[in-house]
Amino acid sequence: MAESRIRPDVTQTIGNDMLFDLLKKNPTFRHGIHPPQFKEDTRDKPIRHFPFAPVMIVPLAQHIGKPSVPVVSEGQEVTRGQLLARADGFVSVPMHAPASGVIKKIGRVPSISGKMVPGIFLEPFPGSSQEVLEGKPVKVESATPEEIIAAIQNAGIVGLGGAAFPTHVKLKIPEGKHADTLIINGAECEPYLTTDHRVMLEQAPDIIMGVRYLLKATGAARAVIGIESNKPDAAENLRKHLPPDLPLSVQVAEVKYPQGAEKMLITAILGREVPSGGLPIDVHAVVVNVATTAEIGRLLPHGRGIQERVITITGPGIRKKGNYWIPIGTPLRYILEQAGAEEDINRVFMGGPMMGTAVSSLDIPVTKGTSGIVAFRDEEARKKDQKIYPCIHCGACVDACPLFLNPSRLGILAKFKEYHTMASDYNLMDCFECGSCTYVCPSHIPLVQYFRMSKLVLRNEKAKAPHV
Amino acid sequence: MRNVVYALLPIAAYAVYTFGLSALLLLITALIACLLTEHLLNHWIGKESPLGDWSITITALLYGLTLPPHLPLWMVFVGGVIAVALGKFIFGGLGYNVFNPALVGRAFIQAAFPVAITTWMAPFLPDRFSHIPSSTLTLPFLKPVYDITSGATPLSLMKFEHRATDTYSLLMGMTSGSTGETSALLIALGGLYLISRKMMNWRIPLALLGTVYLISTVLHWSNPDIYPTGLFMLFSGGLMLGAVFMATDMVASPITPLGATVYGIIIGIMIYVIRVWGGLPEGVMYAILFGNAVSPHIDNLIRPRVYGTGKQWSKS
Repeated sequence: MAESRIRPDVTQTIGNDMLFDLLKKNPTFRHGIHPPQFKEDTRDKPIRHFPFAPVMIVPLAQHIGKPSVPVVSEGQEVTRGQLLARADGFVSVPMHAPASGVIKKIGRVPSISGKMVPGIFLEPFPGSSQEVLEGKPVKVESATPEEIIAAIQNAGIVGLGGAAFPTHVKLKIPEGKHADTLIINGAECEPYLTTDHRVMLEQAPDIIMGVRYLLKATGAARAVIGIESNKPDAAENLRKHLPPDLPLSVQVAEVKYPQGAEKMLITAILGREVPSGGLPIDVHAVVVNVATTAEIGRLLPHGRGIQERVITITGPGIRKKGNYWIPIGTPLRYILEQAGAEEDINRVFMGGPMMGTAVSSLDIPVTKGTSGIVAFRDEEARKKDQKIYPCIHCGACVDACPLFLNPSRLGILAKFKEYHTMASDYNLMDCFECGSCTYVCPSHIPLVQYFRMSKLVLRNEKAKAPHV
Repeated sequence: MRNVVYALLPIAAYAVYTFGLSALLLLITALIACLLTEHLLNHWIGKESPLGDWSITITALLYGLTLPPHLPLWMVFVGGVIAVALGKFIFGGLGYNVFNPALVGRAFIQAAFPVAITTWMAPFLPDRFSHIPSSTLTLPFLKPVYDITSGATPLSLMKFEHRATDTYSLLMGMTSGSTGETSALLIALGGLYLISRKMMNWRIPLALLGTVYLISTVLHWSNPDIYPTGLFMLFSGGLMLGAVFMATDMVASPITPLGATVYGIIIGIMIYVIRVWGGLPEGVMYAILFGNAVSPHIDNLIRPRVYGTGKQWSKS
C-alpha cells in the first residue's frame, strides 16, 4: 500500500463534499475522495495479446476459499484450458491450464503474501498453436439457474475486479432471500487501471451474454451496468449494444473513489445501504464485476475454463504501457521484461495503488484477481517518505470515510492497542480498507495500515480462542 | 497550516496601521516568546524542533492579536511562555492540547493582570508611528503608567454607558479593542479564504455566529432598550476573531460535522450569557475555553451513524 504515492501536494481538506455532490446530477455515494486518475496512458490502448512465458506458475488458491485439488500428475501433457485442479467444495473453484504444455512440478510456488503456497509449474510447448480446449456448452436458453451456477464454478470464475471471491457463491441466493437487481460493476475507480474500461469498449457482446446468464442464475428482475462518468465512451458503447429484450440499463455515476466497492456502488445506484456485517443480498442486490460478466458470457457457451484475463500494465516505470490479455500464471518478472520496465523500478503493485498490494518478489505469478500491474521508479518513491505528524483532529478522514467511521479515533485507539474497543464501539470490522483516510490525512498517518493490522490481531485472537 | 498564517497577516497589518508601534512590538514579542518557548521545551525533551509545522506561529499571532495593543511587553512575554508551556507542551504538544493555547495565555493575563488587560488605547492616534506608549515599555514586574489617550471598547460602552457603536465603524475597525479584533471585515475575509481552501470547518463559525445573532435579534425585538442589536453583537469585541480563528482550532474542537455544529451553538450561547447577563463586557475567551473543555465529550456523545446501521438498514 502506498496511498501517499499518488497524493497531490499535501493539503488539508476540511469540509464536506456532500454539499457539492447534491448539485451534481449523476448519482454517487456520500463521502469518498478524488485521487488523480492517471488513466490517460492506457485507456485508449486496445487489448493486445501477450506472449507465453517459458514457465507458468499456477497457484491452487487464487481465490477466497479452499484451494483446488490437482487432478494432473508431474510430466503429464495438458492442453490449454484443460482442468488442472478441481474445486474442493462449494466455496472453491477449479484451475485450468493457461497454455498447452507439460506439467513440470506440483509443489510450492511463491505468492503475493510472501508465503510459499501449493501450486503447479507448467512449461508451455514452444510454437504450439495454443488452441483452447472446448467443453460441454451451457446454453442460456435451456440451462436451469442451478446449471448456470455450476457451470460458472466449473469455469473457475472468480471476481476479476480484485477480490477474487468465487462468483458462483454470490449467485446462489440463500433460502428466504431474493435478488431484485443485478449490478454489473464497471465503475473502475482505482487510479491507473483501465482493464474494465477496455473490456466495456471491446467486449460488449460478451458482457450482454454474461448478463443473460447472470439474470437467469439469480432470478433478478433487472440489471444495471454502473459506470463512472470518466468513461463516457464505454457507457455509450454499451448503450448501443443493449438488446431490446433484456431488462438491462446503463447508469453513469459521478467519478469518486471507492465507488467500485460493492457497498458504495449499491448505494450510488439503488440508494440502499448494505447492513453492517451483512451482504448485498440483504438489500436484494447482487454485484458482479464487468470483466467477470464478460468472461462468463464468453466461456459458458463453449464450456471452457478461464485461462487468461485482461490486465493493465502501467505506471511511470513501464515503457510499453497498455492493456493485455495475459495467461493466468505468467510470472511478474516476465511481464515486466516484455512490457519494457525501466531499470530503476523499485515498487510494483498488483492491483491499483489504492487497494492493491505492493509485491515483495517478482517471481510471483499473476492470478485471476490481478487487474493491474503498476510499477513506480525512484522519484515517486521518495515522496513516500513523508514525516508522520500527530493527529490534529482536522476531520479530513471523517469526511472521506465512505462508511462514516471515525478513522481519527480508530487510529488513536490502534496506537494504544485498544483493538476490542475499536471493533465494539467504532465498527472497525466494517472497514474494507479503501485507504481514503490515509490518502487525505495531512499528518500522513498510515491509518489504513493500522486498521488492517488491528483486524488481523482480532482475527488471530478469534482463531486461537477455544470453540465453545 | 501556513495558510492560516496568510489569513492572519492582513489582520495583523491592519492592527499595526490602527495602533502603530505598540501593536508591532507586541506582535513581535508574542512571536519571540512563543517560538522560543516551543523550541527550547522541545529541545529539552530531545524532540525535533516543531517550528516547521507552523502551528506555534499561528498560536503566537492569535495570542498577540487578542491583547490590548499597549499592554506592557513583559506581560506579553510571560503570557506567551504560559500559552505554549501550559497550553500546549504539558499536554504532549501538537495534536494533544485540550484548550486553544493562545487563549490559555490570554486567560493567564486576564487573571494575573486584570487591569492592564482591560485598559484600551484609542485607535488612529496621530503620533502612533513615532511615539511608543510608556505602558508598552514598562519594566518587568512594574505596573504600567499610561501616557496616551485611552479608549473604550464598543462592548464596554454598551455595557456601562449603554451606547451602541454603528455597524460601519465595527466592520471597518474604527474602534478601540484588542490588537486584532477591531476589523470584523478583515477577519471574515480571512475566514472565507480558509473555508474556500477547505482548511476550516465552516460549521463552527456559522453555528456560533448564527446562535449569537439569533438570540440577540430575538431579545432586541422583545426589548430594544436593554438588548443590543444582532449586528452590534456580531461585529463587536472579539466575537469575529474568536469564531473564525479561535473556536476553529481543530485540535480542541469536535471532529464530526454535527459535533462541530453543536460546539458552535454552545459557545454562542455562552458568549451571549457572559456578555449580556455576566459581569464582564466580553465573554468570547471563556466561552471558547468552555467549548474546548466539552469538545471531547461532544465527540464521545455525538457519533455519526455508521453506514449500514440504524433502523432502516440494520441486519434482520
